Amino acid sequence: MMQPKIRITNLNFYYGSKWALKDVNLEIKPNSVTALIGPSGCGKSTFLRTLNRLNDLIEGARLSGEILLDGQNIYAPDVDVVNLRKRVGMVFQRPNPFPMSIYDNVAYGPRIHGLHNRKKLDEIVEQSLKAAALWDEVADRLRQPALGLSGGQQQRLCIARLLAVEPEVVLMDEPSSALDPISTLKIEELIRVLKEKYTIIIVTHNMQQAARVSDYTAFFLNGEMVEYDETEIIFTRPRDQRTEDYITGRFG
Amino acid sequence: MAITTRQGFQHSLEDLQQNILRMGSIVEQTIAKSVECLARQDARMAAEVVEGDVVVDEMELQIEDQCLKLIATQQPMAKDLRKIAAGFKIITDLERMADYSVDIARTAQRILETGQPLIKPLIDIPRMAELAQVMVKQALDAYVREDTELAYTVARADDQIDMLHNQVFRELLVFMMEDPKTITQATYLLFVSRYLERIADHATNIAEEAIYLATGERKELND
Repeated sequence: MMQPKIRITNLNFYYGSKWALKDVNLEIKPNSVTALIGPSGCGKSTFLRTLNRLNDLIEGARLSGEILLDGQNIYAPDVDVVNLRKRVGMVFQRPNPFPMSIYDNVAYGPRIHGLHNRKKLDEIVEQSLKAAALWDEVADRLRQPALGLSGGQQQRLCIARLLAVEPEVVLMDEPSSALDPISTLKIEELIRVLKEKYTIIIVTHNMQQAARVSDYTAFFLNGEMVEYDETEIIFTRPRDQRTEDYITGRFG
Repeated sequence: MAITTRQGFQHSLEDLQQNILRMGSIVEQTIAKSVECLARQDARMAAEVVEGDVVVDEMELQIEDQCLKLIATQQPMAKDLRKIAAGFKIITDLERMADYSVDIARTAQRILETGQPLIKPLIDIPRMAELAQVMVKQALDAYVREDTELAYTVARADDQIDMLHNQVFRELLVFMMEDPKTITQATYLLFVSRYLERIADHATNIAEEAIYLATGERKELND
């Protein structure tokens, strides 16, 4: 049995009195892509954010249960949250490059983690941009503002920025819902390549995307994880009628 | 309030299944006619069966296009996907059945050309044809209604056809041993029996597809 990268046990999450996640149990396999699907408000984004403690800042939010990253509880009192978010990085729905140069965007993470060696930074920037499949498009204009890039390029820059701090897990919250179809396919191809080195969890409303990019799929509904299986099974012969209704578009 | 989604797609799927049923009913008639022209030694009817094959071929292509279009435009998943995937395979099975019926009609023509009357009244072969027609009908009904019980009924009927085929074989063997002049026609009739047995196997394939559609599981019924 392969050791799961992340093991989630009896996870419950509340926004005040709203019970947003109900007893979720899930094991995320390393070097794989896991897609989280479900209608709006089903808890999939909340779930994603519990994995790098992004919900910590929300007032009135409460969590019970256990999330183990490589066997270590990420909610233990002695966990350094900044370090956790370095290990478990996140890409958001809208590309959010910093208003600085392309180079500085990618170098930002290593710099705040204390790296200032120019040669080393150059190396990291190049490697990260290459890993994010952006290098060829920006190599000759690294000093130009990141906001001048197209949406798809900005999103890949955000991925490069994330890779620069060498994460282990990459969380993606609808990473291509604001992008055109070709940019979307580039991100999807990138995901396919990245999973060799990273563990990827992606929230998507686009079921075809989930079907295309993921190895495993979890279906959420009303805070419950209804079904989890290999993607191929979820999309050809799901077990639960609710999953069937959702993925065939016959919901409600 | 519950909002119904994908009504257009739902109608297209129903339309697809209706077309498959229509193709199936033509194939059933073709099977019946092919054996009837043999039993009645009717050359005109045999020619009709041979010429009618283009209709079935045409329908197969039409339905195949319909399946392709639904996949390209609707991104079907789960049961919808299985329904279309099964449809693809079913029309291939139906088309093969029609081809076997043409083979039977051609065999009837050859027997007619020999000028030799039938060496015996046909009993088991028409029974096989009737059974095969029922199998086709039931297998398609099982597919449309997602009725696994009916699909298993088809598989049981296939065992009966296999039994009849063996019976025909033994009987014709006796004829050939007793009178070498019957060998040509008996061999032809043996072919016919074999074609009907193959038709039944294709009907059983359809029953397997019906089970796959209903349950998502593969069951081997042809053994």
